[in-house]
Amino acid sequence: MSEGSTDLRAARRRLVIDGLGIVASSSGFGLVYGLAARSAGFSPIEASAMSLLVFAGAAQFAAVGYVLGGFSWLGVVILTAFINARHFLYAAALAPYLGRTPRPVRAVMAHVLTDEAFALSISHFRRIGRADLPGYWWAALGTTFVPWNVATVVGVVVGGSIPDPTRFGLDVIFPAAMGGLAVGLMTGRREVVAALVGSILAVAVSLAWDPAAGILAGGLLGPLAGLAMPGPRESR
Amino acid sequence: MKTELVVLAALMGLATYPWRAVPLLAPGVDRLPRPVLGYLRLVGPAVLMALAAVSVTVTIDGDRQTSLHVGIEWLAVGACATVVAARRNLLIGLVVAAGLVAAARAWGIVPLP
Repeated sequence: MSEGSTDLRAARRRLVIDGLGIVASSSGFGLVYGLAARSAGFSPIEASAMSLLVFAGAAQFAAVGYVLGGFSWLGVVILTAFINARHFLYAAALAPYLGRTPRPVRAVMAHVLTDEAFALSISHFRRIGRADLPGYWWAALGTTFVPWNVATVVGVVVGGSIPDPTRFGLDVIFPAAMGGLAVGLMTGRREVVAALVGSILAVAVSLAWDPAAGILAGGLLGPLAGLAMPGPRESR
Repeated sequence: MKTELVVLAALMGLATYPWRAVPLLAPGVDRLPRPVLGYLRLVGPAVLMALAAVSVTVTIDGDRQTSLHVGIEWLAVGACATVVAARRNLLIGLVVAAGLVAAARAWGIVPLP
């Protein structure tokens, strides 16, 4: 895949700046997660193990609720797999850029692939037309993994003296970042149709069934709708 | 300090990792046919917009029952998308979105979630 030609240094600068808002969001909600885990009776080691080993915000928040609700571990693990199934789409979309990256490196990259890491890195890769490992590590580790894990520890240790991040509007940063980065990827009619159909389907399926299924349905079927549109001839 | 949930965390990690790793580690990912590449190119905008839309329009209660939510968050995401489309600057878009929501909540125009 090679569609971008932007200067690498300029693209990296843009990536770093784009990621700053994600750092604020990851830190704020890492604190809230740590606090929620503490309230649910998690020890600091247990809360941190979740953030290090699972590293998926929605599934971690859900797990706090499941543990509090007395769910069986098997149920928690199955629901975690269901909630995180969308990561398959992220990995599939990034994979064509990473064919020349050594497999052990890809194996490590996979563990830190989140919504935010995908959104920032796919935008960056498309801008420069190829993979950029330092860019990926910034997107995955710098903006999310490190702030999320540090904030988890602070939240679970410091406890109730944390200000509510929704007071500062931090809860809207995640959807705004996803929407903004999606807009940045819309370079033609097919992308616009894929995004519109994907979002409408996602909301409909979420309301009818479950948000995890909705996001998966939107991400799988939106591109099919986009491909059905007559697009410009591929120039690559 | 108790540690029994560390095992649960490891199991949850094991349930998550294959989704993230299989497409990245599968052989031949650099030789995919053109139609598949065309499809994958559209996954980004579709799944990111789906995430944004679901995050601001769908709320889940304690029993995982969903309901439609209409609120200032829609406007904030729209404002961010407009800024990105016009200025190609995500950070400014995020500051505008968060500022809009924080101001509306501080002035009591909308309640805290």
